[in-house]
Amino acid sequence: MAEPLLVVENVSRRFGGLLAVNAASLTAPAARITALIGPNGAGKTTLFAVISGFLKPSAGRVRYAGEDVTGEPPHLLARRGIARTFQIVQPFAGLTVRDNILVGAHLRHRARPAALAVAEGIGREVGLGDVLDRPAHTLTVAGRKRLELARVLATAPKLLLLDEVLAGLNPSEIRDFVPVIRAFCARGIAIVMIEHVMQAVMSLAAHVYVLAEGRVIAEGTPGQVAADPAVVEAYLGRGAAAQLRSAHGH
Amino acid sequence: MKAFVAIAIVVAALACVPVFVHSNVVLNFLVVTLMIALAGQGWNILGGYGGQYSFGHAAFFGTGAYTTAILQADYGVNGWLGFAAGIAAGAAVGAIIGGLAFRAGLRSSYFALVTLAFAEVLRILASVAPITGAGVGILIKLDLRAQAFQFQSRAIFYLVILALVAVALIITQLLERSRFGVWLIAVRENEDAAMALGVNATAIKLGAMIVSAAITAAAGCFYMQYFLFIDAGLGYGTWISIEALLTPIIGGVGTVFGALVGALMVKSLGEGAKLIAGDAPGLDLMIYGAVLVLVIRYAPRGIVGALADIYAHVTRRFAAPRKPAAEAAHG
Repeated sequence: MAEPLLVVENVSRRFGGLLAVNAASLTAPAARITALIGPNGAGKTTLFAVISGFLKPSAGRVRYAGEDVTGEPPHLLARRGIARTFQIVQPFAGLTVRDNILVGAHLRHRARPAALAVAEGIGREVGLGDVLDRPAHTLTVAGRKRLELARVLATAPKLLLLDEVLAGLNPSEIRDFVPVIRAFCARGIAIVMIEHVMQAVMSLAAHVYVLAEGRVIAEGTPGQVAADPAVVEAYLGRGAAAQLRSAHGH
Repeated sequence: MKAFVAIAIVVAALACVPVFVHSNVVLNFLVVTLMIALAGQGWNILGGYGGQYSFGHAAFFGTGAYTTAILQADYGVNGWLGFAAGIAAGAAVGAIIGGLAFRAGLRSSYFALVTLAFAEVLRILASVAPITGAGVGILIKLDLRAQAFQFQSRAIFYLVILALVAVALIITQLLERSRFGVWLIAVRENEDAAMALGVNATAIKLGAMIVSAAITAAAGCFYMQYFLFIDAGLGYGTWISIEALLTPIIGGVGTVFGALVGALMVKSLGEGAKLIAGDAPGLDLMIYGAVLVLVIRYAPRGIVGALADIYAHVTRRFAAPRKPAAEAAHG
């Protein structure tokens, strides 16, 4: 079998005396949603920063599409097809929604008309079609999350790292958002998502990694992970675990 | 296309001025104003579009002026060639300062301080080095022939600086609509987010610095041809760094016409104040300060930005049909 699109091998990242990520390994195949869960401060976002090139790992390797890309700068990784969103959304606040998406679209299209066409198409696809001319700072939280997604999608990624795109959304907004993510996965994009909204993780992810204190303490299907005593102890808590199990018929 | 029509109209209108105005005092005022506008247009590329606030654009202005001065005075080089060489030298200094500052990852106020320091170092070097005439400065020979890039008539000088301003307007407009410009603005708005979208922020900022330095250096070269004299305080003094950043900030930071509007406004106010209050030293600087405070308080995007906001508001109010349903769905 061919190597999965993303292979993270024993990556560690140290900040002074703090080992934020401790020999973490994970893989993410194309056209699948892989979830990364765990308590706050477990090192999930740090691991994303290492994969996307914003931080260099203290040890370990990141392989992407069969090549070692450890320590490459973010803009080169983006060119290879690795895109990330930020936990705290980072819109280009002064620009319109269209111009925000245009920044991403220009990565694959030098000419302005082509890039604009791509940007508008993706804007409509994620549900921002009516607000393309609005300044990004006037969007609601849900709108900004959509914009964050639209921008990275405009770079035509093969691997999408989503850092808590559902956080801060209400249940009905989450219901609107989930099919959008699923549609992009169906198109062959490998998605790795950090998420605290467990219902969404259970319904979306094919494979789940649980990070606690920088280490991967469990992995498996959502059902397996929810039943794992170590995960219940470190993250889910007994009540939530029971709820998730019953919801998924275990 | 519409944008280039606007540039053409503004430039054509300004080009008609010498037909009606023959006063050397007024023409001299306009030449200096447009020269400041050109220096500000250079600053605006890096500061306005790229968000990198340089406090040391004198480094480029002075390098342009000194390069052409030395070439003409010491080596007998033609004025036009000196002009081209001055622009190239300014761009090279921009590449060096930008390369050092951006590679070191200096942002915002640290970048501003480092550019200020470079300009001051150059000023001190120019005031002691023999090649720059040390404390005496450099005088180039009066040679009022077009081949030597010197003109008998103020009106011709005016048209020359207007042409340079027009070129800078066109460069700015092209930049705004190019991938480079879109990425430069993205870096200004949020450098990390831009990098995540594949933008090589360091390279983009460096490119902007080089274009910016070249345009401001062109203003320095023009200064040399117009006044025929340069010394360390004129070439590398903080006065030009301040003028180069104030005019676009007041006129409209990150807009095509910002520096031109700002220069016309600030210089007119300065001259107006002098007419009323006599030649009180430092009065023009006080005016700049007061205008700057007012603009930043009431129109943070400058005069052009404020006008654009008013225009957008008015057209939305009267032209566009209201769509309350769509607003509510996404608001």
